[in-house]
Parts: sequence; structure tokens; C-alpha cells
Amino acid sequence: MKILVCITHVPDTTSRIAFTDGDTKFDTNGVQYIIGPYDDYALARAVELKESHAATITVVNVGGLETEPTIRKALAIGADDAIRINADPEDSFFVAKQITNVAKDGGYDLILMGRESIDFNGGVVHGLVGELLGIPSVSPVMKLDIDGKVAKITREIEGGKEYIELEMPLVAGCQEPIAEWKIPNMRGIMTARSKPLNVVDPVDTDHPNKLVRFELPPPKGDIKMIDPEHMEELVSLLKSEAKVL
Amino acid sequence: MPVIVFVEHDEGRIKKSSKEAICYASAINSGDVIALVCGNAIQDEMELLGKNGANRVLHATESRLDHGDIQAYASVISQAMDKENADIVVLAKSSVSDAVAARTAIKSDASFATNVTELPDTTDGFKVKRSIFTGNAFAWVELLKAKKIIGITKNSVTYKEEGGSAGVIDYLPVLSDDDFNSNVTGREKASGEVLLTEAEIIVSGGRGLKGPENWGMIVDLAKALGAATGCSKPVSDLEWRPHHEHVGQTGIKVSPNLYIAVGISGAIQHLAGVNSSKVIVVINKDPEAPFFNAADYGVVGDAFEVVPKLTEAVKAMLA
Repeated sequence: MKILVCITHVPDTTSRIAFTDGDTKFDTNGVQYIIGPYDDYALARAVELKESHAATITVVNVGGLETEPTIRKALAIGADDAIRINADPEDSFFVAKQITNVAKDGGYDLILMGRESIDFNGGVVHGLVGELLGIPSVSPVMKLDIDGKVAKITREIEGGKEYIELEMPLVAGCQEPIAEWKIPNMRGIMTARSKPLNVVDPVDTDHPNKLVRFELPPPKGDIKMIDPEHMEELVSLLKSEAKVL
Repeated sequence: MPVIVFVEHDEGRIKKSSKEAICYASAINSGDVIALVCGNAIQDEMELLGKNGANRVLHATESRLDHGDIQAYASVISQAMDKENADIVVLAKSSVSDAVAARTAIKSDASFATNVTELPDTTDGFKVKRSIFTGNAFAWVELLKAKKIIGITKNSVTYKEEGGSAGVIDYLPVLSDDDFNSNVTGREKASGEVLLTEAEIIVSGGRGLKGPENWGMIVDLAKALGAATGCSKPVSDLEWRPHHEHVGQTGIKVSPNLYIAVGISGAIQHLAGVNSSKVIVVINKDPEAPFFNAADYGVVGDAFEVVPKLTEAVKAMLA
């Protein structure tokens, strides 16, 4: 079985969000980068499937040279080889086109990724890639087991979950609790250095969307503290001042 | 040209978020809003979409559409766009909406944006405001193609109910077996509860509640308010509460009118999931809890004493 895991290289969840160049660029100053947390779940499940089903794992990332430490970390966690598509991941359509181009002749049974990136939160790349490849896509996937050519999936729905079965190949947008995040061990880190990391050029795409500018939310107003003995005062404020009751 | 709204329902009842999407479409183009409903929805509920601004309802009655099949939904929407010569589709945020938007955009060669938080700015081009960095920033994006797919979040438009009912027309798109790839073998779903993503008010509990046996007071407060119940990540990881109640960066992002956090310290990952709530109330015995920095109203006190008092005060107000 061949698994392609698509990873994003995103600011750590505790990063300060700021913009430069007239609010058109993300301020990378002092920002630590990580594998997207949802992608990390997808990768962790792929590594488990590799152990139980003799799978091979390729990771792919769309990004410049600066994403290679993130890709090496994915190799250290257990991927066998990696592809870096050498381009700025400008938007979800562009990224989906690049992944599709790599995947179309790769013979992958499973294409796993996070259900969304934590920077742009689009939640669309799995759907885009599925449609571009003409194969099913499922998201958000909480559980994934393989039985022959059939994937047994638990998908989160509002207020619960749904159990579905479908034939591979397929694309899955993953989330917890599909697997526990894996921390690379020393042997993994050592072997990752010599695993293949192939750099490929991007394909041209059209541009359905154009970024105009970024904006920060307005600062939060002051907090009002209420005496714990006077909950009727809180209720009254929520009703007459905040107007939410 | 008409605007199509992809309308979802929960056990036949039209979701509030989808009604809001009708209001959104109506604000873009009042007079030609088509509600597209898939599967077994309640007839009266479909007709009542007229009150939110729908002029017509297309009802795709095919029974295989009862399940949330992403590919099939995208096929239905894409065909409806062609049939009605529609150039805009609006979808309310749900567990399938973003993926459906994505597949529809490819099928129909459309621009797309998800997590849109406001009406579009059409003064110069067609620009939408998207929530990014899990609610910590926004991006204005211009949708360049003639056809546009817009996924909206809760509270992106003023909710309206006025006007009369809409006519419901059966719609029979051409669907093949390829549109239905997945075989649904089971489903576990809380019935009769307010859905977290749909709720106007959410009461959430954290590790400060000490154990699942203490959730009764959270449920009582939620019941009194007609609210949904949520929880923090550690609570769902410890399986005190089911995963679909986990609010936060890697759980569900919510934007209710009122979010009440009980015994949740307010880790940045939790805040990311709630920061687009209109009003936040924090109840915590630790005055240094970081959540207070993100709150509108705060109560420093023992949840086991404060929450029952709050429930009583709510009941007294509503009595």
C-alpha cells in the first residue's frame, strides 16, 4: 500500500499574529514553524498503517527551502521519502493543483492530510484534490482502518459520528482522535537525514482568487467582574447590556 | 442572476445556519434566491424558507442524498447552477460544507472562499472577508471568476424572518453510482440536543469540574438557557465528554452569541476556537486564569457554588 501524506508548514499555535507590507504579508519575525497539527494526526496514522499493513509513506509539502526542517521532521517520525514542491503555497487552489500533479501518476492508495491548515483554515484541499483526481474524499476523519481494498472510516458529523466504508483510492482530511501524535526518536532523526527529499518544480495554474489584504480583529474591550454571590446581576447585564439573553 | 443556497437539515429540520445562509443570499440578491435541499426534509420547513428570503425551493428528493455524501452534493449543486444559470452559491458552515464547496468549485470552474464572516464588498470587484489563523485574523480575498462559491460562518449576516412561504419544486439531478462512493454502515448521534455549531448559547466545562460526574450542573445551566454543551480538549481527551463537544483549535470552532466557560483556564488553543463568540463569560476560581483576558464578564469563584446560583438566576429571569 502506498500512502501520500500532505503536510503544511505553519506557525506554532502560540504564535503572535501580525502583518507587514501594508497588511499584505504575514510577519514571520520570531515565529516558530511546525507540521500542521491536523496533518500531524494524518502522519501519525500513516505510520501506524505502515507498521500494520507494510505500507510506504511519501510526504509532500508545497513550500520554499525554509520548509525542509519541517519535512525532515516528518521523515524522522516515519515517512520513507519526501517531495518538496518548490513554490510559495499562495492559496488552497494552487496547493491542491500541485499535490494533484504529484499524486496523479504516483499510484497512491491513500492520500491523507489534515482536515484544514491552521493558518488559512480553508478545509478545502482534500475536496479539491479528490475532485481533481476524480476520486472520493472524506472529512473530517476520526478513525481510519484498512481491510483489503476497503477503508473503514469514522467521520465526525454534527452531534455525533458516522461509520462509512469505501474503496481506495481516496483522500481523507484527518483530525483527532485518529492517532496519537508521534514524537521522533533519536534513531528516526538520524535516519531522516539520509532519506530522499526530492525537490520538484511547480506546475502553472490559473488563479481563481486574489489576496487583497489582511486584517486583525478589533482589540477586546475591558472585562466586567461580577461578585460570585450576585449571579442575578450577571443575568441582568447579559440581558440588558450585552443583549444576548 | 439567481443565487443558490445549499440548505442542510438535521433529521428533516432545516438547520438555523442554513436559514442564515438564505438571509445572506437574499442580502446579495433579494428577489432571486433558490434554496436547494437534498434528501428527506420536512415539507413545511422547506416552505418556511420563504420567510428568510428564498423565492423558490428546489428539493432533490433522491433518497440516497439522505446521507452526507460530499461528491453527490457537489454534483447536485453544480447541475443546479447550470440549470438555473446561477453564478453564486452560498453554504453555511457544517461538517461537510467546506469539502462540498471545494468539489463544486472544481466541477463548475468557480472561485471559492470558506469561513466568510461578512457580506461581500462589491464596490470594486467581488471581495469577501475570511476568518484565518483560527479566528485571530481576517483576509480580504477577491473572487475573480464569474462563478463564486461562498461558505459562511455563523453570525455573518443579520438574521431575518419576514415575508411569506416559498414554493417547493421537486428536482431530479442526474446522479450516477460514481456520485455515491461511500456505504454508510452506522451512525451515532445525540438526538434532541442543541447542536454545538448551531447554538446561540454554549455552556462549556473544563478540567476545573474535576470529573464527568459533575457535569449535571453544566447540563442544568445549558437547559435553563436553551444552550448547547461544550468542553475543553483535556476533558474530551480524558473521555469525560464525547469528542463532538470539544471546542478549540483542533476541535470545533464556534461563534455563538454567548459563550460561558466554566473551569476552563483558557489555553490559547481553546481561545482560538471561541474568539469569534459575541460575548464571553468566564467562571474560574483562579483570578489569574488567562481566559479572563478574553472575556467580557468574569466571575472569580468556585464553579460548584457559582453555577447553580447562575442557573437559579436564569430560571428566575425567564419565569
